[in-house]
Amino acid sequence: MIFALQSLPYLWQGLLMTLEVSALVVFFSLIAGTILGVAIVYGPRWLYWPVRIYSDFFRGIPLLVLIFFMYYGLPLFKINLTNFASVVLALSAFKTAHIIEVVRGAIQSIPVGQTEAGKTIGLRFGQRLLYVVAPQAVRRFLPPWINAVVDAVKGSALVSLVGIVDLMLAIQQVIGRTYMPMPLYVLGALMYFGINYSLSSASRRLEARFAYIRE
Amino acid sequence: MTEISPTSPVVRIRGLRKSFGTNLVLDGIDLDVRKGEVVVVIGPSGSGKTTLLRCINLLETYDEGSIQVDRVEVGFRDGSSSARQRRSDRELARIRADIGMVFQLFNLFPHLTARENVVLGLRKVRGLPTAEAKRVAEQWLTRVGLADKLDSLPSQLSGGQQQRVGIARAVAMDPKVLLLDEITSALDPELVGEVLTVAQELARDGMTMIVVTHEMTFARDVGSRIVFMDGGRIQVQGTPREVLTAPAHDRLKAFLARIELKQR
Amino acid sequence: MNYHLNFNYIWTHFDKLTWGLVLSLELAFVSILIGVAIGLSLALAYTGGGRLVRGVVAGYVEFIRNVPLLLLIYLVFYGVPSVGGFAYEPATSFVLTLSVYAGAYMVEVFRAGLTAVPRGLIDAGKAIGLNAWQRLICVRLPTMFRIVLPSLSNAYVSLFKDTSLAAVIAVPELTYGAQWIKTNSFRVIEVWIVVTPLYLITGYALLFTLQQLERRFAIQR
Repeated sequence: MIFALQSLPYLWQGLLMTLEVSALVVFFSLIAGTILGVAIVYGPRWLYWPVRIYSDFFRGIPLLVLIFFMYYGLPLFKINLTNFASVVLALSAFKTAHIIEVVRGAIQSIPVGQTEAGKTIGLRFGQRLLYVVAPQAVRRFLPPWINAVVDAVKGSALVSLVGIVDLMLAIQQVIGRTYMPMPLYVLGALMYFGINYSLSSASRRLEARFAYIRE
Repeated sequence: MTEISPTSPVVRIRGLRKSFGTNLVLDGIDLDVRKGEVVVVIGPSGSGKTTLLRCINLLETYDEGSIQVDRVEVGFRDGSSSARQRRSDRELARIRADIGMVFQLFNLFPHLTARENVVLGLRKVRGLPTAEAKRVAEQWLTRVGLADKLDSLPSQLSGGQQQRVGIARAVAMDPKVLLLDEITSALDPELVGEVLTVAQELARDGMTMIVVTHEMTFARDVGSRIVFMDGGRIQVQGTPREVLTAPAHDRLKAFLARIELKQR
Repeated sequence: MNYHLNFNYIWTHFDKLTWGLVLSLELAFVSILIGVAIGLSLALAYTGGGRLVRGVVAGYVEFIRNVPLLLLIYLVFYGVPSVGGFAYEPATSFVLTLSVYAGAYMVEVFRAGLTAVPRGLIDAGKAIGLNAWQRLICVRLPTMFRIVLPSLSNAYVSLFKDTSLAAVIAVPELTYGAQWIKTNSFRVIEVWIVVTPLYLITGYALLFTLQQLERRFAIQR
């Protein structure tokens, strides 16, 4: 057990890498997912199917398969990314598909009567989006989005399989030195738990706070 | 009842036709509504009453015919009589600002307080400065009896209170005509009265109103004209006395009998 | 691009993919069965139990849902034997892990399902004189199952995709088969072209079939 605690500094480095990967993935997927999600709801007809296919495709294959292809396959297309870049790309592409669905759900779950009421008082399209749709969409978006962030942190553990020293790989490397798998796995689990549990608690609290938005 | 103006009607509908797919919902409607009139539209479900209302402020598009509000064609641009051009969202927004609507399901903006619900249109559409908009909003909310609920969110209000905010929101915009779409149908019985009272006061003060309702007492007491619709057409029109007290039309009689049974 | 597609290696070893796919489906199936058993019993314990029981169940659910599946797989496969002193097959270990993983999600599904049973039905059961146990067996559980069918279908397809992680402990399911072929032939793109549709089509076929079954049994909410 003492070995396990002595390895904390090394694990801490791994944790920082996990957080870095997660933050990047969350950032890219949030931007891309929001743009595409809004586009699929309000955009021109020809945009619907491409985005839809993207979303269904990336949600229909396992993340591991996607990571392996990007890691081994991209160089064959003369795209030479670092390990780090290719795996962040894979994770971001994957997460974007989920964010598209979260955004879409947030907007489309707003009752149609809301935009009708907006029309009724003479608001133009842009005004309806800004004053009626967006405030409600954001409140419906946040709780499931935080769950998606938790998923991103969990998914980041897969970068350990392509040699990125995140928390997961750090744990395994320490186990390799100390031959004490169980305490280290438990310790690692607790560290992941710590991050994610606080996030999912925040999501639950937000959901309760914003309950008034869903009569 | 206020004087009915002899000038051209506020709402003028001619030959209105609308289908949902293969289903013909409005089959040639002609209707005039003059300033100060309270036209009450009654009829069985599926008769097209709500669709008629929703065509007037273009929440539904119409295929054939004409709807003019204050001599402006609602759905199409002025131009040659062939190939009519549908109006853009901007044009519709300007037209809709002068037509008020109150919904069966209230449709209050849940993220805004009662006052903010009313202020939104005043500030962003009528362009009033904030202080003035708040003043007008408070005035109207007080008129409908909600002076103590200005900062409440819709989720904190009863159905009747929410609907009164809905009325205030629509009326504060100073519309030329007010459309009321079964505004009490979703309310618990004991809350219906407070809402109908507000509607009655608005009528008494001269608001031009087109009301779709099942509340026959309201129709009889407040309506200046009753319109009975069935199968997408206006079957009978007349004063409350003519239509309700001494109905001559068969389907109307059958409809009223059913309603009477329900309301007893 | 100087790359010519060559699927030969894949066709000669196609059985690795087909049997891998079958194994993936089986792993997911067994896991969801056990997961349902775990989830249902814990959901019932939760709704009926006191603070301690609810705390334990909540702790289990929260732990599983906030820790990466990969870590759980390693923990069960490498960690547990080191403490327990025994060893087991990768497949067994994986099924154990995935079942516990599925169980946590099933607890939530069944808990929501139980609370979704309309009060009127339960009251009707009381009114005709059923006791608590009879109400559970004859009214609440059958209704709940019909309500949760869509969630169960989605869970199964989800677990099917999660079986790809079994590859990291060398369980010969579909992803492992794909990796094997790729390692031995370097034909990454061809493997990708074959394996990706396998996952996509199987996923959709599963959803479609399960939705047809749902139509027969489920209650519209």
